[in-house]
Amino acid sequence: MSTLIQRMGAKALQLGIPLSVQVDLTYRCNERCVHCYLDHDDHGELTTSEIKHLLDELAEAGVFFLNLSGGEILVRKDFFEILEHAHALRFCIKLKTNALLIREPQADRIRSLGVHSVQISIYSHRPEVHDSITMVPGSLSRSLDAIRFLKARGLKVIIADVLMLQNLEDYPGVRALAGELGVEFTIDPTVTPRMDGNRSILNLNVDQASLRQVFRDEALVGNVQEFCAPSRPADDDDLDGLPCSAGHTACYVSPYGDVYPCVQFPLPSGNVRRSRFLDIWRHSDQLNEVRSITARDLPTCSQCVHLAGCTRCPGLAYMEGNMRGPSIQDCEKSFARSGIPSANLLSRKPPVPRLVQIQGLSKAGHAFSAPRTSGLPVQRDAGSVGQAPY
Amino acid sequence: MTSKRYVRSPQVAARRLGDEIIIMSASDSTLFTLNEVAALIWEASDGSLALNEIVERDICPAYDVPADVALQDAESLAEELAAHGILRSCEECALAALESK
Repeated sequence: MSTLIQRMGAKALQLGIPLSVQVDLTYRCNERCVHCYLDHDDHGELTTSEIKHLLDELAEAGVFFLNLSGGEILVRKDFFEILEHAHALRFCIKLKTNALLIREPQADRIRSLGVHSVQISIYSHRPEVHDSITMVPGSLSRSLDAIRFLKARGLKVIIADVLMLQNLEDYPGVRALAGELGVEFTIDPTVTPRMDGNRSILNLNVDQASLRQVFRDEALVGNVQEFCAPSRPADDDDLDGLPCSAGHTACYVSPYGDVYPCVQFPLPSGNVRRSRFLDIWRHSDQLNEVRSITARDLPTCSQCVHLAGCTRCPGLAYMEGNMRGPSIQDCEKSFARSGIPSANLLSRKPPVPRLVQIQGLSKAGHAFSAPRTSGLPVQRDAGSVGQAPY
Repeated sequence: MTSKRYVRSPQVAARRLGDEIIIMSASDSTLFTLNEVAALIWEASDGSLALNEIVERDICPAYDVPADVALQDAESLAEELAAHGILRSCEECALAALESK
């Protein structure tokens, strides 16, 4: 199936079709997850009719995979009206939800509306850990009930776990729980910055040593030797390749109608309240700029030993300040996998203390410095820390 | 010559991608692509025409193929799609409707 999907992706790219779009219906939520990147206030969400019109436009543009996400999608009172409309337009629909509002009647409706899969966030198999992350007592129990309701109706359910400091030890338990429930399990070790640029939640990311350990868990990654092997040398195909599908065959629409290349790539590219989706997709300067970038155009990454095997996210790079730059979180993942620092990490190494800069006077009264041949960063003057002067 | 009538299942996702149609069956997550000819049959299957009429109207004028060969191919295709729940034969739909009463 992956081959068929790859072929479809290649064809969509050739035809300029946005095969996959995520629409966040709302940023409001009934949980307050500690790692969430969203502002949960409503700043003027698209109305029901605006969303239906958007879905019509997405279908017309050729979108096949429609991810409905949030916020929590079911806090919208018109959620099922929107879902019915999407179903009538024959999208392949994936829902992302915390499932707190899914009881048996909602599970019945989701089943009847041809939803392809439902992804539900579960952060731990232990209520005290999961509920402390969502900040909602009883949330694990309710989400697990919903999974059972959906599964009993034959729906494909995926448990999504975000790995962070608070739940680092629990992912094997969540995986086992997924197995008991007969559902799929995915894990993401990346806490991303808030959409407003605030990076404070990045402190929740697991440290390098823990990440190394996770990447060596055979049950998670399969063949550890293969997973952690150094990348093969990059060739012309890698250098001419596209960084990811964002803006090429995929994009994102916010609850306010803003179009971005991806939910993790908040580059404002247009708004569906002011322009037709297809016009934004085809003519936005921002999307066209994203499309113009190949790996060869990435000044640091094109020189990096990890290029051929890196999971670099251009959106995270953009949030770091440069969409052509590296994404430090992906550099850290490559390092954790292979033990080989990326070009970016090497360039960020702590500044080497300035070599000997003893200010003294020779007999002749001239200043002198130590020989430049030792190469050792010997600091003799506590006041002269900085880049080596050569 | 008469043949079965088919309707597209309301439970599948579908989208045209160039000259093909992509189809995802929600019941078993199977992904299909229909080629140009199969896409014509899928799009025409709204229950108003029998398969032989679709072949006569849409396939034969567009492709250099004898009607009986085209119909035979169309029937195998429709049966395969029906087996995956992508098309439903109108007779089965009517039977299901009667049984549900």
